[in-house]
Amino acid sequence: MAEKTLHAVYDDDDKLLDAVKKIKAAKYEIEEVYTPFPVHGLEKAMGLSDTRIAITSFIYGCLGFCFSIWMMNYIMILDWPQNIGGKPSFSYLENMPAFVPIMFELTVYFAAHLMVITFYLRSKLWPFKKAENPIPETTDDKFLIEIKFDGSEKELKKLIDKTDVFEVKVHINKKSSHE
Amino acid sequence: MASHYEAPIRKPLVTGNKSYHDVSVDISNAVEGKANKQWWIVFSISMTLFLWGVGCIIYTISTGIGVWGLNKTVGWAWDITNFVWWIGIGHAGTLISAVLLLFRQKWRFAINRSAEAMTIFSVIQAGLFPIIHMGRPWLGFYMLPIPNVYGNLWVNFNSPLLWDVFAISTYLSVSLVFWWTGLLPDFAMIRDRAVKPFQKKIYSLVSFGWSGRAKDWQRFEEVSLVLAGLATPLVLSVHTIVSFDFATSVVPGWHTTIFPPYFVAGAIFSGFAMVNTLLIVMRKVSNLENYITIQHIELMNIVIMITGSIVGTAYITELFMAWYSGVEYEQYAFLNRATGPYWWAYWSMMTCNVFSPQLMWFKKLRTSIVFSFIISIVVNIGMWFERFVIIVTSLHRDYLPSSWTMFTPTFVDIGIFLGTIGFFFALFLLYSRTFPVISQAEVKTILKTSGDNYKKLRDKNG
Repeated sequence: MAEKTLHAVYDDDDKLLDAVKKIKAAKYEIEEVYTPFPVHGLEKAMGLSDTRIAITSFIYGCLGFCFSIWMMNYIMILDWPQNIGGKPSFSYLENMPAFVPIMFELTVYFAAHLMVITFYLRSKLWPFKKAENPIPETTDDKFLIEIKFDGSEKELKKLIDKTDVFEVKVHINKKSSHE
Repeated sequence: MASHYEAPIRKPLVTGNKSYHDVSVDISNAVEGKANKQWWIVFSISMTLFLWGVGCIIYTISTGIGVWGLNKTVGWAWDITNFVWWIGIGHAGTLISAVLLLFRQKWRFAINRSAEAMTIFSVIQAGLFPIIHMGRPWLGFYMLPIPNVYGNLWVNFNSPLLWDVFAISTYLSVSLVFWWTGLLPDFAMIRDRAVKPFQKKIYSLVSFGWSGRAKDWQRFEEVSLVLAGLATPLVLSVHTIVSFDFATSVVPGWHTTIFPPYFVAGAIFSGFAMVNTLLIVMRKVSNLENYITIQHIELMNIVIMITGSIVGTAYITELFMAWYSGVEYEQYAFLNRATGPYWWAYWSMMTCNVFSPQLMWFKKLRTSIVFSFIISIVVNIGMWFERFVIIVTSLHRDYLPSSWTMFTPTFVDIGIFLGTIGFFFALFLLYSRTFPVISQAEVKTILKTSGDNYKKLRDKNG
């Protein structure tokens, strides 16, 4: 467990990117970066792996597609087949053209909603969830790098001072939240 | 700065030397400030209309659909006209946020939030009409395929009306989560600025604890992209399916294969017009002229012009196909539209939808705020008449001349329609005072490429 946490605050996205690259190069572990908007190239500089959320959406879409086929087959073909406007109801395949719109809608419904629910759960977003950005300005115009470290504070501060930093703060073993 | 390059030929999308902090301040001003007199006046008018509409709805449901002007021949009139009109208006929001996202159009950032809000509010208005028309709205759940005790009473999946139920529910709910997900960082910005405890509590609740971690942003962007990819075919499918309500029936004037693309183009046309109506007022009232610039209005006018031309082409194609088909009934239906007792509705539609958007070819007119505002209202009047013409003129001349009749709306028809207009504007006015009306986080991402101060800096330093 790291002893101390350092918060380096920047007032510009380009300065932040530059700092992240320098800190990474000095082999420090970046715990987290808080930004007011998506900074392009940040995930690459931090070494974050690609998100797999799009893949989940594809799987959910397949699930919705299969569900729609199962549902309409049960309702329209198996449970209570009826002659409606002369449309053939002997097999799913014969009646299928009339089912295409709902097969499509349910695919989209499942893919969209389940993906968003997955996103909310993975990123821990839900009503009554407390915000965890260390300073409130990070949703306005400040960018914050959180570094947990064991070793010398001086050494790290020296490195941070070389970047175009706005403010530096060190917290001892305390989880910080502004709320 | 080099990484934020944008071709110098592109005009700035954010003017007024804005910094990141200025963006936050400008967007939260409308939320933190107090409503002025005009807001209260317009809101009171909207609420009065809405309450009048509620009264008419209660009267309809307690007495019966007979209080409307419908008759044996015209069994569908203002209710379905209003329904299609509102659904059509709802299409612009998703088009702006989804299709323009896929095309990476940066100008969408200033307008997507309000356009999506408009989508949700107008789809709510649309959804009211079929529910009221059921006569017994408390039995609305019969439309859902749920296991039941009535002896395998299932819905009919062959019916375009049921496709509509699925399409519109999917559209409304997907638009809502798309909108809300985009709102989280902006609600969080207002939360972190709030000084009043109650305000802080509310915005903490609705921002779902958004903290802006790098990983959250990475997922946020991916989710937005995938939702845009899903919403694009979805928005096209919704009005396609609405057009199937007519196209799959054997009524002259309805039974045509051109309906899906023609309805979708008309929907985008009327939706963009409504976005223009709302934003031209909002940019002035909420002091957002630096974000919603003349260029934004001009670009929307161009979309209106193009989709208006598509709609005009569709009208002419319909006439041609009626003649070319050699079907007497079809030919009569179109001749009757243009020269029959409802000629005035047909020619209002033609003037508003085909002629008026062509004026947008003139740069002077499409960059004029007053002119854009007038055209945006004219277009929506025209699009209402389009649906009225399609629905009522096709029905009022039946196959049996003994059934021929006219449709006259009663005060209840008019009252419910005005009520939905009031409800829509009341919702939008409340939205404009409590929500971040511009997606400020996304505007900040384009500030360095498209902000006028950064553009000038680049011109100077190369």
